[in-house]
Amino acid sequence: MTTLSLDHVSRWFGNVVAVNDITMTIGPGVTGLLGPNGAGKSTLINMMGGFLAPSTGSVTLDGRPVWRNEEIYRHIGIVPEREAMYDFLTGREFVVANAELHGLGAKAAARALATVEMEYAQDRKIATYSKGMRQRVKMASALVHDPSLLLLDEPFNGMDPRQRMQLMELLRRMGAEGRTVLFSSHILEEVEQLAWHIEVIVAGRHAAGGDFRRIRRLMTDRPHRYLVRSSDDRALAAALIADPSTSGIEVDTAEGALRVQAVDFARFTTLLPRVARDHGIRLLTVSPSDESLESVFSYLVAA
Amino acid sequence: MYDPTVARLTYRALLGRRRALILGALPLLLLVIAVAVRGLTGADDQTAADVLGGFALATMVPIIGVVAGTGAIGPEIDDGSVVYLLSKPIRRPTIILTKLTVAIAVTMAFSAVPTLIAGLVLNGNGQQIAVAYTVAALVASIAYAALFLLLGTVSRHAVVFGLVYALVWEALFGSLVPGARTLSIQQWALAVAHKVAGGDLVTSDVGLPTATVLLTAVTVLATWYAGQKLRSLTLAGEE
Repeated sequence: MTTLSLDHVSRWFGNVVAVNDITMTIGPGVTGLLGPNGAGKSTLINMMGGFLAPSTGSVTLDGRPVWRNEEIYRHIGIVPEREAMYDFLTGREFVVANAELHGLGAKAAARALATVEMEYAQDRKIATYSKGMRQRVKMASALVHDPSLLLLDEPFNGMDPRQRMQLMELLRRMGAEGRTVLFSSHILEEVEQLAWHIEVIVAGRHAAGGDFRRIRRLMTDRPHRYLVRSSDDRALAAALIADPSTSGIEVDTAEGALRVQAVDFARFTTLLPRVARDHGIRLLTVSPSDESLESVFSYLVAA
Repeated sequence: MYDPTVARLTYRALLGRRRALILGALPLLLLVIAVAVRGLTGADDQTAADVLGGFALATMVPIIGVVAGTGAIGPEIDDGSVVYLLSKPIRRPTIILTKLTVAIAVTMAFSAVPTLIAGLVLNGNGQQIAVAYTVAALVASIAYAALFLLLGTVSRHAVVFGLVYALVWEALFGSLVPGARTLSIQQWALAVAHKVAGGDLVTSDVGLPTATVLLTAVTVLATWYAGQKLRSLTLAGEE
């Protein structure tokens, strides 16, 4: 059982606060670190991995400090976001080197390469690898010493759907084996598919944390706002407000459009086209007015 | 204090095709000059000392030192791949000492060996000139490698700073401002060479005791400090 604890961790760069007073505990299983780009996820992961000192607060792994403690890496596997990885080596040479740096040998490297299913390309130079292959070799290098904590920074970035599924399957397995797996992402769907537990970071702050279903509900239950233009705005408004998925409608005469507030996102999206067809109304514009990820997250912060 | 895997990775990075070409170009030029000078003017002790002192020790050795010293760690820090070394249970000073060993070996191989050959070509080691400058190149290799390894650890512009030190400080200021010569790895190495050669052909502005102390101090301090810097190396996020 490996637990990573952050206790009132802040980090600033000059005048810019990248991470603001975050306290959280990451336990066994897969945890998703979710937040928009620039929210401070990488800064946080760098501190978790011991590559950045917190300005205040502490990061500990089962009570032992992570910063300036080389011995801690016997228990941590790291998959960095950056691409660079000794491109002049073959995949096998790279993973063997990583194993040796842990005091292990070719056997551990072979096992790790088998785990990520990269044996077929292990004797090719890393320089020739695709993004997904690089990601898997990085993964193998992080797994050689069988770590109990795995940190992955945006592991799905730039992967195609098939590679994404393979990696998700692998991470799921790692979590099921009782390892503590933490990965960051700015894509809600990725986190939802994989994480048992999510931590949401917005603008350097810990916005929410816990079971993903609860957070997901927070995200979907919030009012969604739409701008709708149709051939008969008033008739459409009357028909929509009759359904409980709609909580409010404003007829914006200046814009010549309806501003609709929906509470049940899924139901509203199927309702709108059906109602329009039933009433013989043509829909001209349907645009969500607050669908940006930013606004989803800021809603969470307010919640 | 020495990790063979770190050494292997460093050698392969340093002796990759492009860098090996840069490392090989200057020694090749030195040998061409040596052959040409010998062919045109015949064997002459003063000429041999001028070529070895003016080109080999003053220009070639520091530049090779910059390429090997900064190249042993700088690119890894720049592109972030150093994370694969740092995320291992290896003491940071061990990483630095290993990389220093590799940088010294590469600098010696690409500077002292060609210096010896060029010296033998120029005047057949008359008055011990070839051996004296080879010893100077060996000694300077150690100090340059340590200094530029530190530079590669602390700065993203290590190559530029390194070349500025090597060419502007040692060559230009050294010839204009007498005091600057006291703080010059080249002069310290010359002090050692003077001891080997004797006579007036190889001279230094610095006495041997001072030179020895400064060479040791620079090497030890630079290496120690690089180890400290690596312990708290911050890998900036890309956000």
